[in-house]
Amino acid sequence: MASHYEAPIRKPLVTGDKGYHDVTVDIAAPVEGRANKQWWIVFSIALAAFLWGIGCIIYTISTGIGTWGLNKTVNWAWDITNFVWWVGIGHAGTLISAVLLLFRQKWRMAINRSAEAMTIFSVIQAGLFPIIHMGRPWLAYWVLPIPNQFGSLWVNFNSPLLWDVFAISTYLSVSLVFWWTGLLPDFAMLRDRAVLPFQKKIYGLLSFGWSGRAKDWQRFEEVSLVLAGLATPLVLSVHTIVSFDFATSVIPGWHTTIFPPYFVAGAIFSGFAMVNTLLIIMRKVCHLEDYITVQHIELMNIVIMITGSIVGCAYITELFMAWYSGVEYEQYAFLNRATGPYWWAYWAMMTCNVFSPQFMWFKKLRTSIMFSFAISIVVNIGMWFERFVIIVTSLHRDYLPSSWTMFSPTFVDIGIFLGTIGFFFVLFLLYARTFPVIAQAEVKSILKSSGERYKKLRDAGQPLYNIKGKAKVAAAPKAEKVVAPKKAAPKKDDGGASALLSSLGTFDSSKDTADDLKLVKGIGPKMEQTLNEIGIFKFAQVSKMTGKEYDLLDSLTGAFPGRAQRDDWAGQAKKLNK
Amino acid sequence: MYTVSNRLKMGAIIMMVVGALLTAYGFFSAPSTIEAAKEMVAAHDDGHGSGHAEEAAHPMAADNHETEAHTMTEAEHDEHVFHQLRNKPWAALYVAAFFFFMISLGALAFYAIQRAAQAGWSPLLFRVMEGITSYIVPGGIIVFIILLLSVMHMNHLFVWMDPDVVAHDPILQGKKGYLNTTFFLIRALIFLAGWIGYREYSRKLSLAQDESDDNSNFKLNFRISAAFLVFYLISESIMSWDWIMSVDPHWFSTLFGWYVFASMFVSGITVIAMVTIYLKSKGHLKDVNDSHIHDLAKFMFGISIFWTYLWFSQFMLIWYANIPEEVTYYVTRIQDYNLPFFGMVAMNFLFPVLLLMNSDYKRINWFVIMAGIVILAGHYMDIYNMIIPSTVGTQWSIGIPEIGAILLFAGLFIFWIFRALGSAPLQPKRNPFIEESKHFHY
Repeated sequence: MASHYEAPIRKPLVTGDKGYHDVTVDIAAPVEGRANKQWWIVFSIALAAFLWGIGCIIYTISTGIGTWGLNKTVNWAWDITNFVWWVGIGHAGTLISAVLLLFRQKWRMAINRSAEAMTIFSVIQAGLFPIIHMGRPWLAYWVLPIPNQFGSLWVNFNSPLLWDVFAISTYLSVSLVFWWTGLLPDFAMLRDRAVLPFQKKIYGLLSFGWSGRAKDWQRFEEVSLVLAGLATPLVLSVHTIVSFDFATSVIPGWHTTIFPPYFVAGAIFSGFAMVNTLLIIMRKVCHLEDYITVQHIELMNIVIMITGSIVGCAYITELFMAWYSGVEYEQYAFLNRATGPYWWAYWAMMTCNVFSPQFMWFKKLRTSIMFSFAISIVVNIGMWFERFVIIVTSLHRDYLPSSWTMFSPTFVDIGIFLGTIGFFFVLFLLYARTFPVIAQAEVKSILKSSGERYKKLRDAGQPLYNIKGKAKVAAAPKAEKVVAPKKAAPKKDDGGASALLSSLGTFDSSKDTADDLKLVKGIGPKMEQTLNEIGIFKFAQVSKMTGKEYDLLDSLTGAFPGRAQRDDWAGQAKKLNK
Repeated sequence: MYTVSNRLKMGAIIMMVVGALLTAYGFFSAPSTIEAAKEMVAAHDDGHGSGHAEEAAHPMAADNHETEAHTMTEAEHDEHVFHQLRNKPWAALYVAAFFFFMISLGALAFYAIQRAAQAGWSPLLFRVMEGITSYIVPGGIIVFIILLLSVMHMNHLFVWMDPDVVAHDPILQGKKGYLNTTFFLIRALIFLAGWIGYREYSRKLSLAQDESDDNSNFKLNFRISAAFLVFYLISESIMSWDWIMSVDPHWFSTLFGWYVFASMFVSGITVIAMVTIYLKSKGHLKDVNDSHIHDLAKFMFGISIFWTYLWFSQFMLIWYANIPEEVTYYVTRIQDYNLPFFGMVAMNFLFPVLLLMNSDYKRINWFVIMAGIVILAGHYMDIYNMIIPSTVGTQWSIGIPEIGAILLFAGLFIFWIFRALGSAPLQPKRNPFIEESKHFHY
């Protein structure tokens, strides 16, 4: 990796006074805590939409594709629009995890895990559409070029739709492997912190027996780089091949050479919008504002602005070339897009995708969280319309004016689309409760160079290994010491407490002064009071705690079982006591 | 401070003089009458002379005779060949002039991206990039003069500038609103003014930052670089339609602008790497380490693949759809330019991929130089394949006019950029990222 040195003008990527252990605690918190009411509400809505979608899918398959709004002229509409939309959204995850890794962008560390999860979940949604559209999804394996006994029945290797099968399945597999590789040390972290044996077992399995030895890390880094190298061409290839579905044809409005890079730029554009949508909510709900900072959102907004401008440049290029080509069909296709019966879709696309990202030129707007959220939704809508415009406006006016028609979706079209959105959020919400949503191991790797605490220490010329407690004790010792005599003598003097005190040593308020136990991570004012009631006032006492004492303590306090051990109060207290 | 060695200076001047002589010879030996052209062709290629009568699908032939049946009389064919041979020295001059101009424009885009992205590894190389982009002034003016001479009918590089041709061609009449000489020159002037303006202003701010005691110059440079990139995104595309695509005025491809961009971008980066390695070998740029070279080589590798991606996208889609108006472009190139066309793909894709795949090789200076030479030759051929088939047709060869033009502009390029490199300290002093760049270690 690059050196730890960072120019002073760079802003910190981890704000707040975060040390290594804080990162662990903060990122494990959503997994270790319980789901709140909002989570259940959102999850129920998503699940309902998902179930509705399943109903529509079953109806489609049992009745036939005729339940959709397709007709003889517009024989491809919402199905492929939704497919391309979902595949496109996935691209940001791969870009963040692979391309930004190769470009050594440290800010990717906080967002890559969730972006990759989004990639996988959205590719799953995308994959549903071609399978449903087959009509007989149980024959889906026919798209694979496998030797068969149907005579010389082979897949059509000339068809870009078949290339899609290869491209997207490769994409899904590589993304999954990449995601999981990054997860290994983080799952191991959850495993090591787990209190209940069941969770320990599950996270132990998920982490593939990660041991944290130097060899593990060396292999981890190596395989990450190799996967990044493999995934980078995938960022380009997947949507390129999706664009070939259209561009290899001779349909005016579809056959244009700019499609491959323009689809890729559009995919990254929509993907970053979706990452912004998801993470702006998640950072709030999971209290991750110190990791997914405003700077992260700003940088993502800049990516949205750049890719939006590239897409805009491509729109204008297409429009100009349609005129320049002198081909009347091409000219008509674009005139019809902008002024025909689907003009509203075209201008919705233009407004959402080209104009709205231009607001991001203003620093005030791109650092505004509410505004970023609004734009991210707008862009998602715009990118859906882009695919709709390309697909439907080119088809609904074909070469035979008597067959010109319009497309209107049925409730089944709409239901399946909403169902995939529901499915996506079901998966994402489950993920947010069970997975470490930030790549904590990677965040820790940049903590020294880019963490606010270490930046401040460096600026102050202090050593980086200073622990927070010590600095604070030196800074504000008096106030605490005055309070100490007021602390009550042990009230709760039952058997457990005396047994505990016998191994930890007692506290004599006339001779000793009490320490500020709150300096130990995991001890708040409430817990301090409880400890004082038991008779624990000093770091020296806490530092003697071992497994047996922790168990005793848990049985006495009854709150947060296992917490003291997990946070290693004894170790912390030992340091504080020096 | 770096001073240009006398040997380098002399070498560049000799290249220019030899190049100028060869170019002059090329113009002098072009046929002045149809009869002379006939003799030249006859002397040159006995054996497949009759084959020319069938080249009706040829774009230029098609331009001239759109409304007629696709056959040419003997006399028309001879006149056609005569024009192609007259075009040859002009086309050779134009390809080389554009190629070296394109290198500096590509380097300028790379430089602007480094500034706008606030990259930490590259500030040590800023002066090298600024040196290379200095050529944008003479290079741009020379290209503009050639375009101006075309407009003045000194040559026939752009058939749409010929009113006789347009009069018989309904398609070109439809494009008149865009393809007319006045608008063409105005666009060229705006683009050149924008590129040169940014280059000079950014350079001024870059030098001022060294002497300043705050970061205001640096910040302003960041802002104008971001704004410039927007201008560049648009102007580069339109430039490539105007200056290159319109030599084949019937043909169109929406991807063309970005494809040309990939070519100029990789050429620019390659020259940055080569000049950096040269300066290091002379004992300058002491803080530039292997990691910087490694990164430049990675860009050469990556952008070469990106170029191939765009080349393939354009080629494959047109080949697959097989629409006559579009596919004729590649039919000509595959039939008449088979070796340069596919050889160029090998040079621009296979060689960089194979040579630079291994990460250790990206740190071996002479290896990067060798890969760079192949890449530059490949991208010269790329431009050659864009211009020559439409202007010279089957009468192509890489002979005295082509080599002369390359020597002429290579000499001027080297002379000019090293002179610029010698005009300011090679290491920026007060760039806020300079320490990061010095510490850069991969």
